[in-house]
Amino acid sequence: MKEILNLLQNDARLSAQDIADLTNKSVAEVQAIIKRLEADGVILKYTAIINSEKLEQGINKKDKCQAVIEVQITTERGYGFDVVAERIYRFPQVKSLYLMSGSYDLQVIIEGESLKEIAFFVAGKLATLSGVKSTKTHFILKTYKENDVIYVDAKKDIREGVSA
Amino acid sequence: MNSRHDKFSDKIINLPPSGIRKFFELIIGGDDIISLGVGEPDFPTPWQIREEAWYYLERGHTSYTSNWGLLALREEIARYLTKFGLVYNPQTEILITIGVSEAIDIVLRAILNPGDEIIICEPCYVSYQPLAKICDAQLISFDTSKTDFYPTAEALEKIITPQTKALMLCTPSNPTGRMIPRDELEKIAELVKQHNLWVLADEIYCELVYDGKQHCSIGSLPGMKDYTITLNGFSKAFAMTGWRIGYMCCPADLMEQVHKLHQYSAICAPIISQYGAIEGLRHSASEVEKMRLSYQQRRNLMRKGLTEIGLQVVQPDGAFYMFVDIRDIKFDGRLCNSEEFAVKLLEEYRVAVVPGSVFGVGGEGFVRCCYATEINKLKIALKRIGELVAQ
Repeated sequence: MKEILNLLQNDARLSAQDIADLTNKSVAEVQAIIKRLEADGVILKYTAIINSEKLEQGINKKDKCQAVIEVQITTERGYGFDVVAERIYRFPQVKSLYLMSGSYDLQVIIEGESLKEIAFFVAGKLATLSGVKSTKTHFILKTYKENDVIYVDAKKDIREGVSA
Repeated sequence: MNSRHDKFSDKIINLPPSGIRKFFELIIGGDDIISLGVGEPDFPTPWQIREEAWYYLERGHTSYTSNWGLLALREEIARYLTKFGLVYNPQTEILITIGVSEAIDIVLRAILNPGDEIIICEPCYVSYQPLAKICDAQLISFDTSKTDFYPTAEALEKIITPQTKALMLCTPSNPTGRMIPRDELEKIAELVKQHNLWVLADEIYCELVYDGKQHCSIGSLPGMKDYTITLNGFSKAFAMTGWRIGYMCCPADLMEQVHKLHQYSAICAPIISQYGAIEGLRHSASEVEKMRLSYQQRRNLMRKGLTEIGLQVVQPDGAFYMFVDIRDIKFDGRLCNSEEFAVKLLEEYRVAVVPGSVFGVGGEGFVRCCYATEINKLKIALKRIGELVAQ
């Protein structure tokens, strides 16, 4: 099961046939495992990883903008981290949200069409939420690696390939 | 008197070049060729090893090391080998070499007298025979194809003579991926002790074993340390082929002799590679395991694909090779040999494999496919091999 998950995580387009061939299982067995993982919510969905810098060089000139926001929270009885978190992650602009140890509580990663849009969101929506004590916004300048995927170099087989 | 007619050594003139290499010169320049020929990992060396080596390079660690190699590395190796039940003293029984290749060369020169017989289990890696030959040894080819591609004690016993000095083993094997089962190794060990042989155990693929199988080192069997030369290195499991770093372990009295040759011909293995190898042993086990699993998956894919095409393969327990039986393949109504098959596959179907004949006795009728190549390429290669076989 772990092996199948790892294969899919690396390439979600692998067919059940491919996975069966690689793991020495039958196609039916692989299909059943994947179905169960999907039903149990272990596999949430299959997506494509997009390098938006490459996209900007093409037709779509829109300049997407991302920021990491450190949020400090004041909690009250019946109004804990999870409640504040839910109010935050429901905004479609929020790409990721983590509860953190250390000097702040929530880390929000947000995406917008422009710097202005993000500033507006932070000032208008996030900072004014009840329970939010402070925010600190850091704009992302460049993505080098995200979720195991390196964005900057293309992988190719560079073996010289002579003797052994 | 000297003349231009004998400007080269006769011994070397008579030494054939590597059959693998000869074949690969055909490939250069062919972009759409899928190579299943090269016997090396398709992963670059794990980053932390490269980064560690870089650190030492930056700090100016660019000197020779002790002829033995860095003590820290020998100590790590001694620790590592205990997982296979091997116990070696890092001070006197472990030597860092320029890959296993150098180790084989110097140890053969240190043990063989002219006329001594060395039994080589074939098909095998291409360097064993020539390196034994230049020691003027008598090469006794042992054809493992008759015993499912691993040597059996029963068959070995029949060819051991009072002149037999050494036995060369490789498990898991290049080119077949076959492993010698533990119970068979135990019987072979008894023979070795009974006839006072040296056994050279090339264990470079010991980490790359599949389906939960366990590698068995012959040097770990009772009483075998005094008879065993364990050869190993970092090229395959740690994806460090270009670093040229390996090691050999043997009893201290033999090591004294081997050490002289190493000192005169190599001085020491590259220091940067040695620092990289230390890091590999200390912190790369999970990377090694990831690569191993990936080879296992690709082995499964290849074996199934080839079987569906109608080709039989020698049961591949380890390494990253598959030895594919092509004995039933006919070209124009005539059975082809492995070289003809490989040439046709390369020239007309753009897939490079190595003809089994280059690996010695018992290799004819087979081709070696290395499956350390990306899955999509393996699938195309399988399709192309299928087209050739169907034709």
